[in-house]
Amino acid sequence: MCTTSETILNLDIMVPSQTRYLRLIGNIAEQLARDLDGEKSDREALAYHLNLVVTEAVTNAIQYGCANERKDKIRILLSIENSDLCVRVYDYGQGFDFEAVPTPDIDELSERGRGIFFIRSLMDHVEYRKTESGNVLEMKKRIT
Amino acid sequence: MKLVTEQRDGRTLLIVKEGRLDAHNSGELKDRILKLFEEGGRDLVVDLGDVQFIDSSGLGALLSGHKNAIQRSTGFALAGLQPRVKAMFELTRLQRVFEIYPGLREALDV
Repeated sequence: MCTTSETILNLDIMVPSQTRYLRLIGNIAEQLARDLDGEKSDREALAYHLNLVVTEAVTNAIQYGCANERKDKIRILLSIENSDLCVRVYDYGQGFDFEAVPTPDIDELSERGRGIFFIRSLMDHVEYRKTESGNVLEMKKRIT
Repeated sequence: MKLVTEQRDGRTLLIVKEGRLDAHNSGELKDRILKLFEEGGRDLVVDLGDVQFIDSSGLGALLSGHKNAIQRSTGFALAGLQPRVKAMFELTRLQRVFEIYPGLREALDV
């Protein structure tokens, strides 16, 4: 879990649960990573990866998250906490069994299932929790 | 979504004029590829030179095209992958599945 002892930056974003907002959210995450201190080439790669994992997480929340029209919002929390870049994507639907999502089999050529694979591959810590108020997919990446 | 189709030397060329392929537009790409095959398109080459970002749904749309081509015993090639986009094919090991060329010229010379 991301610690909260020192939160340097916190972006709390709410968007309608529609794929047309993926570009906006992805670009915000990408710009956040690009503006971090550090080696430029590393930051460019991190920027793409952050755009990708946020895009995948929000797509997932759109597909599995919205149980009814009153809850047709996705909340995205981007933060820098201590030396971690943290992303939390909240949805208010029935959620899904994160641990049961298999690693895609290259021989099967399935058109689906690579989103969670990207998230697991590119982030240092991933956790999906169901709570009474909704579900959260929490991802963090060390940035030092 | 801006997609341009051309015929060159008996081959069908699909140029993706988008910087980003994600769940918002990949369904449209998948449908267009399928339609091109249904209309008799052969040896499809998809030019991804303008695409700077691809997610899992974009890869899925291209995989759909690849599988469709196999079913129809015709070709399906990708051209002009940008480095970050290519890295996503490598991470998922899909570069071993697709026929990939550096640019359009190389793809059409085959």
